[in-house]
Amino acid sequence: MLFLVFLLISPFFRLHAAPALKKAGLVTLWQPQAQFAGYYVALEKGIYRKHGIDLRIIPGVAGRASEDVLRKGEADFAVLWLATAIQERSAGTRLVNLAQIIPGSSMMIVSRKSAGIKRIEDLNERKVGLWDGTLSLLPRLLFRKYGVRVHEVRQSYTVNLFLRGGVEAASAMWYNEYDVLRHSGVDPGELNVLFLENYGLKFPEDGLYALEQTVARDPELARDFIEASFEGWRYAFLHPEEAAGIVIRAMQQAHIPANRSHQLWMLDRMRDLMLPAGKKEFDSQLKKQDYEDAAHELQSAGAVRHIVPYGEFVRRVHEGQ
Amino acid sequence: MKGNRSIAVRLIFVITLWSTLIFIAALGYNYYHSRAVLEGELESNARNLALSLANRVETELVSVSRVVEEMSVSLETGNYRDKRQLNNLLSQTLASNPNILGCTAAFEPYAFSRSSYGFASYFYREKGSIAYKELQQTYSNLPYFFWDWYQIPRELGHEEWSEPYFDEGGANQLLTTCSVPFYEKRDGKRRFRGIVTADITLNSLMELISSVRILRTGYAALFSRQGMVLAHPLKNAVMNETFFSLAESRHDTGLRAIGRQMISGKSGFVNCTNFLGEKSWLYYAPIRSTGWSLAVVFPEAELMENVWNLTVVMAFIGFSGIVLLSLTVFLIARSITRPLTTLAATSRTIADGNFDLELPQVKIFDEVGVLTSSFQSMITSLKEYIRNLTETTAAKERIQSELKLAKDIQASLLPRIFPPFPERPEFDIFALMHPAKEVGGDFYDFFFIDDNHLCFLVADVADKGVPAALYMMVAKTLLKSEGQRLGDPGKILFHVNNILAEDNESSMFATVFCGILDTATGEVRFSNAGHNPPMLIRSGEVSFMGSTPGMVLGPIKNAPFATGSIILHPGDSLLLYTDGVTEAIDRQGGFFGENSLLTFVRQVPFSDSRAMVLTVREELLRFSLGVEQSDDITLLCVIYRGLP
Repeated sequence: MLFLVFLLISPFFRLHAAPALKKAGLVTLWQPQAQFAGYYVALEKGIYRKHGIDLRIIPGVAGRASEDVLRKGEADFAVLWLATAIQERSAGTRLVNLAQIIPGSSMMIVSRKSAGIKRIEDLNERKVGLWDGTLSLLPRLLFRKYGVRVHEVRQSYTVNLFLRGGVEAASAMWYNEYDVLRHSGVDPGELNVLFLENYGLKFPEDGLYALEQTVARDPELARDFIEASFEGWRYAFLHPEEAAGIVIRAMQQAHIPANRSHQLWMLDRMRDLMLPAGKKEFDSQLKKQDYEDAAHELQSAGAVRHIVPYGEFVRRVHEGQ
Repeated sequence: MKGNRSIAVRLIFVITLWSTLIFIAALGYNYYHSRAVLEGELESNARNLALSLANRVETELVSVSRVVEEMSVSLETGNYRDKRQLNNLLSQTLASNPNILGCTAAFEPYAFSRSSYGFASYFYREKGSIAYKELQQTYSNLPYFFWDWYQIPRELGHEEWSEPYFDEGGANQLLTTCSVPFYEKRDGKRRFRGIVTADITLNSLMELISSVRILRTGYAALFSRQGMVLAHPLKNAVMNETFFSLAESRHDTGLRAIGRQMISGKSGFVNCTNFLGEKSWLYYAPIRSTGWSLAVVFPEAELMENVWNLTVVMAFIGFSGIVLLSLTVFLIARSITRPLTTLAATSRTIADGNFDLELPQVKIFDEVGVLTSSFQSMITSLKEYIRNLTETTAAKERIQSELKLAKDIQASLLPRIFPPFPERPEFDIFALMHPAKEVGGDFYDFFFIDDNHLCFLVADVADKGVPAALYMMVAKTLLKSEGQRLGDPGKILFHVNNILAEDNESSMFATVFCGILDTATGEVRFSNAGHNPPMLIRSGEVSFMGSTPGMVLGPIKNAPFATGSIILHPGDSLLLYTDGVTEAIDRQGGFFGENSLLTFVRQVPFSDSRAMVLTVREELLRFSLGVEQSDDITLLCVIYRGLP
């Protein structure tokens, strides 16, 4: 009987016993999807709570850049591309890289085999769909590097224009649009794929960023956040079906189409990107070389004025793996 | 009982087996044929259903695209530079087309007016009235130029229906937009000026498609140009999954191939496992204006359910029938085998000699009934036959005992006491007669005519048995009486012949050798009526006595019989015999023959007539060992010893 009473009231004890959770916000690059599975899983499975964080995930939306949200202090942490972060830092926002999630690039240019685009050079004088902002920066750098002139068509959030033949080539993320094309009935064998990374432009993608002041105010929070996030990713890769379910619930709450096999594909690709070629542990640190290469490319393209030293840009807050 | 069971069991086994096999074959054929017929009908039903549904959707879409096309024509011809004029066109179009939820005229940068970068006028229904906004203001994040509804028809240069989407108001309305580009002539060139659109809700069409019920679980489904699920019983899949993602989840590459056919605007009829995991027949047909694909799904299990149910009922009826048939066969078999068993038991009892049996009553004159009644008459006949046989046997036994008696009488007629004349040493005589049947036709006789003359004779009446015996009696009596009266063999035979021939209606006859021995001189006068010549044994030499054979006694009156004469010296002997001796038969059917007799007699030493006769008789018995005696055997030996 006493035991039962204890069981019933024990949650209250715990609530009072545990130290108060630190509130924090994470803004992601885009709407809920498996690209951010680690954070949603860590939230859902109580990993952030375990690390003393009461996290709120702010999904990215069209027209509201994540870096803006971070800059304005509406979120403590942000998932940003390195290129965006370098530009932002160059523009004066004192943000720092806490961890690199995707050490490489998964961006690609897809075209139908029938278009005969096998190399970057083949894109010359073609209608190519390009996203806005940082996402178009990379292909443009590449086109310039290879001296290719393309007819740019601004690409929306769908690949419908490409599917309808409105453009001959389109921008795609390996983990997302490429699979959307497959799920729209296009067989991989019908597509030519150009991974930008294979053409000498390595732009590490998703990284976790925070403002310098946030880290200075509470370095433990930053550390705990990073550790919890990676734990979330680890759990997601070990339990992909459960992770996909968590992501899909988040998508449904956000009233966006949710497709399980697509999310599973995305999660699989995230693993390929985060744990390439049989790696067991995450390589969570942004490489100095990668940072400097990317920064110099951006500088040479005129996208940034001056380059912040690597040591200032990267802040190690956790032991890492 | 074993036989009984085996007939019934065999019948049941064979009939049940064959009827079951035939039935299963018929049932199987029926099932597969029905299935084939059903599938044939199914395809046309599925096609009709799919086409009529596609037509309904198409009609609605086409009516909308007409309106948009008309607006585009108006915009091109009217050139609309005035916002009020443009808005009138849009609002009036919206007002007069209740199925349209909203319409837009969106212009290229600076195409509406040189002062404004973008301009898109949008009229839409809101809470029962028509509202207005300008999209260049509301689409601030991503300018309207880059939305699919604007960008795709702009790049393609022709009318486009957008991929269906949920409205942003969150009313869960599934919308699609028909966009038509419009152009202006400037500097003699046709230049793209903008896009005019109309939004419609797909809810009623989706409801129409969702309401289609084929059998119990069959359904209709609609997929967009990119395979997006627009209407499907899997509610969660609608606007979330595509045909291809569902196929991938099911690891079904066949479905993916079907999906590719569907989105490429083809129609077809295929058998596949649907997304609900059921084997089904799928007919798909395109909706041309939007590039969507409509599918109707017939669940195979339900479709075949009726055929299957029919087959099950037929199987039940059939197998019940077979059970009844087996039972009937068993009963019939038993109705056959039971009387047969009774008959078999009866026949065993009959075989044991008991004829007083009750056979089962014949109720039905089938084969068994006929058999039973035949059996009954057989028993009756057998009883009659056996009664007759008993009587006949009794009669025969009586006759046989009488014949035995006759034999005894006949034997008693022949002189049987040897030596017959012990007081006469000048000769020695011995004779025997062994009849083949109970009474014989052979006989011998000897008697004194006077003190010095001994008449002896051997006769053979043709045929044997009672008539021959009677004839023999007559002949013997006549020969004795005439012999004593006449004293000459030729005369004796002549007279006896005449008496016998007198009333010889039965044409019987006899052969006779008759001799008269003068005991004082040894002279033998003799006459032969067709008989075998006697054998003369003289000083170890044996020869046939050269007597002239005359006619047989009986058939012809006044036939002459010569009398011959021979002188016997002391020690000479005569052996008289009938053809029963020479024609004795051995196992191989060969005759004993006269030469054998001659040779035998020559070799056999003997001292008296008795030894002589008995030795020959033994030789004959040895010769004919194991063969029934075919003729009477008569032997008579007389040895002359002369006066002392």
